[in-house]
Amino acid sequence: MDITTDTQKPAPSSTPRPPAAGSKRAGRGVSRPGDRIFVGLSRGSGILVLVIMAAIAAFLTYRAVLAIGEDEANFFTSFEWNPTGSPPEFGIAVLAYGTVVSSIIAMAIAVPISVGIALFITHYAPRKLGGLIGYVIDLLAAVPSIVYGLWGALVLVPHLNGLYGWLDEYLGWTRIFEWNGGAGRSLLTVGILLAIMILPIITNVSREVFRQVPRMHEEAALALGATRWEVIRMSVLPFGRSGVISASMLGLGRALGETMAVAMVLSPTFDITPSLLDPGGGTFAQNIASKFNEATQMGRDALIASGLVLFVITLLVNGGARMIIARRKEYSGANA
Amino acid sequence: MAKRIDVSGLNAYYGSFLAIEDISMTVEPRSVTAFIGPSGCGKSTFLRTLNRMHEVTPGGRVDGKVMLDDENLYGAGIDPVAVRREVGMVFQRPNPFPTMSVYDNVAAGLRLNGKYKKSQLDDVVEKSLRGANLWNEVKDRLNKPGSGLSGGQQQRLCIARAIAVEPNVLLMDEPCSALDPISTLAIEDLIGELKERFTIVIVTHNMQQAARVSDRTAFFNLAAVGQPGKLIEIDETERIFSNPSVQATEDYISGRFG
Amino acid sequence: MSNATLTPAPKNRSSLRAATLPKWFPWAVAAGSVLLGLGISTAAGLNSSIQWALIAAVLFVAGSYGISARVEGGRQAKDRVATSMVWVAFLLALIPLLSLIWETVKQGVKVLDGYFLTHSMGVVGDSEPGGGIYHAILGTLEQVGLATLFSVPVGVLTAIYLVEYGRGRLAKAVTFFVDVMTGIPSIVAGLFVLSLWVLILDMGPSGVAGSFALCILMIPVVVRSTEEMLKLVPNELREASLALGVPKWRTILKVVLPTSIGGIVTGVMLAVARITGETAPVLLLVWGTDFINANPFQDPQESLPMYIYLQYGAGSDAAYDRAWAAALTLIAFIMILNLAARGIARWKAPKTGR
Repeated sequence: MDITTDTQKPAPSSTPRPPAAGSKRAGRGVSRPGDRIFVGLSRGSGILVLVIMAAIAAFLTYRAVLAIGEDEANFFTSFEWNPTGSPPEFGIAVLAYGTVVSSIIAMAIAVPISVGIALFITHYAPRKLGGLIGYVIDLLAAVPSIVYGLWGALVLVPHLNGLYGWLDEYLGWTRIFEWNGGAGRSLLTVGILLAIMILPIITNVSREVFRQVPRMHEEAALALGATRWEVIRMSVLPFGRSGVISASMLGLGRALGETMAVAMVLSPTFDITPSLLDPGGGTFAQNIASKFNEATQMGRDALIASGLVLFVITLLVNGGARMIIARRKEYSGANA
Repeated sequence: MAKRIDVSGLNAYYGSFLAIEDISMTVEPRSVTAFIGPSGCGKSTFLRTLNRMHEVTPGGRVDGKVMLDDENLYGAGIDPVAVRREVGMVFQRPNPFPTMSVYDNVAAGLRLNGKYKKSQLDDVVEKSLRGANLWNEVKDRLNKPGSGLSGGQQQRLCIARAIAVEPNVLLMDEPCSALDPISTLAIEDLIGELKERFTIVIVTHNMQQAARVSDRTAFFNLAAVGQPGKLIEIDETERIFSNPSVQATEDYISGRFG
Repeated sequence: MSNATLTPAPKNRSSLRAATLPKWFPWAVAAGSVLLGLGISTAAGLNSSIQWALIAAVLFVAGSYGISARVEGGRQAKDRVATSMVWVAFLLALIPLLSLIWETVKQGVKVLDGYFLTHSMGVVGDSEPGGGIYHAILGTLEQVGLATLFSVPVGVLTAIYLVEYGRGRLAKAVTFFVDVMTGIPSIVAGLFVLSLWVLILDMGPSGVAGSFALCILMIPVVVRSTEEMLKLVPNELREASLALGVPKWRTILKVVLPTSIGGIVTGVMLAVARITGETAPVLLLVWGTDFINANPFQDPQESLPMYIYLQYGAGSDAAYDRAWAAALTLIAFIMILNLAARGIARWKAPKTGR
């Protein structure tokens, strides 16, 4: 009984609208106690979700502000990470660089390949094979990142040596693809691994979108004398474009926040080098996981501050994806 | 420009199911041929065998001959993509490309076949839209999405898109079934004009429509559900509706079944 | 190619024939490129399988295009390139994903046995063989169990609120923030609980702290899937029940929920599968230990993903073997959950469909 009064109280004060809907219902059913309890419980749960989100933002900001207040270096541009020193100096430039670069590499590899696989499943493969592959991809999306990390560190890294030697030989002059022969625990490797990890999720969403392309749009193109590729270009891709974009952004959100796989594969340094192949660099999430153990109170607050930045970035990316999806719904609604 | 279609011994399957059996008929150039018959008798399936669209349905398979003048559409070495450019199609529900403007919809088929100058495209688009009796209604909004038009306008846009590539034959699969009476009338008038230039085949559920627009009418029927559809008879439209030679045709058009 | 004529028609419209390459053409090009790729790699002394696969893939795409452009013309060639690129994309992606499964199974079965499942690490040294994952399984079950216990009621009730009662601004806000919550990185969820639980309330590491972080990851998944399922329940059912004078809350409990229970259970199982593999929050809040700790409310605990991380960090061959075996166990557990969830979904689907 306590619960009902607890959960019902905040509702009317925080939101003027729902009671209107509730009172309409109450007008019919009068105020049955069972209904009141149930509405209260379910609305309370909804409010709890809001409270959790607000708390996350508030607590992270609170600790982050404490940390940044102590920070003697510029939080956004400094290459230092020494929050326990006196004075404490730390900045997120290296982490931001590593996170962005590895995610860009991951997207550059994963998006085209995912779209290819999604097209393969929906438009090229024999039906049964397509269904089977879709199923396997579904299951792969459920493989935890720690396993990808283990595989990446113990299997992928040694296999990349040949490729890296090759890149160094022909493209080493760009400095970007320079490689000095260390184990490939580098940002490029992280990018490749992240690509493999986000491939299933982007493929899954794109496949769903491509599957929803109305048959009549494809037939319209076919009847004009279009080849299979032209059908895809004229009707499948335009229809699926926003879906693919939002799928990619969901994948990007995952790549940005990926922790364990990066922490296991990367050999971090607090430095920005032009080479993507030489070991070094770091990402927000990886840095938190790697530095957490030896961190003191101040160190943890500094990590929380960097986590807050990551939180904001993923919020923006995911928010963007949602907005695209929402617009797409309106768009197709106007069409119907 | 318009070509004669000569079908002989044509069977179409969905997987192992025989949908239409042993159809032979001739479709005259520069005329409208209507296909009528009860639902499920295979008239739409047959229509789709005429531009090799049947085989894009999963499990779809055809045997027999479809001669377009002197070329067998199912002969060896025939490119189905080329066939579909020669034999245009308009579908039951208007299906303009939703992401393209009115202009781009009409130009879509041309753009597939090579590069054209803007002025050439402009000419063809205008000609096709005029040909589809749509020009006056859309000339001020050529760059608006095609999906913003009314249903009847969309269907005429689809017709403009189909005739823009100057096909030999125009297939129409119940083009008015999703439209209101006024739009239907506009399309029927248009069909009357288009037959000067194209060979037209139209599937319709509406017998008055067949009587109004077509020169010749083919009646399809099936013995029972699960049995293949067959061509019962094809003749001048007037004869089919006044004095058909088969009893089943008369039963159908006089509304005794179907 | 097509020079500018005013007639839009292609030039040789008399012919429907086009030079077409035979059906076996793609296979021949594929075989040729693989052989050539191998040949080039051997000749140039490249020893990485990644290199020759990439060479072969490039040869395949370029070969299809070149030959087809010459024989069939530009449009067909483009079509062929698209087809071959789609195939290459598929095969390229298949290799790492199959390798992942293959390696996990191959390396995992080495030390995975009854002993491994029923013993903890205890005092087994990093480089010594032996030890097991009993403590990790125990920790995972407790942490995930607690997280499920907290999340499912909140998630299901929130979904009920959104579908059955929610109108207006509050519902919109909840929907929005559930979406936002879906995208929170697990490490951020861990940091939040850390900042509240450890730094502000001054509590030590424990299983339940990890469960709280897992809740943040689990609740939005449960809300979303439950919402979808509740929306599938036809309104006629609700109205039929309300028309009999059954109060709304009893209608929801007795009609709506039972109708959609299969889908809800499926959603919960998929959510459980997702959080079972989470490592980051456990790392921050539960810390991990080599010993059995059956009490999730006090002191560090182990979990399966944490165990993999610690064994990987130990860096010896024996530890790697243990890490793979634990990974295999984890994957097997998650796959069984997934398959069972799908099984339930399929089994229950016709009933909710009607």
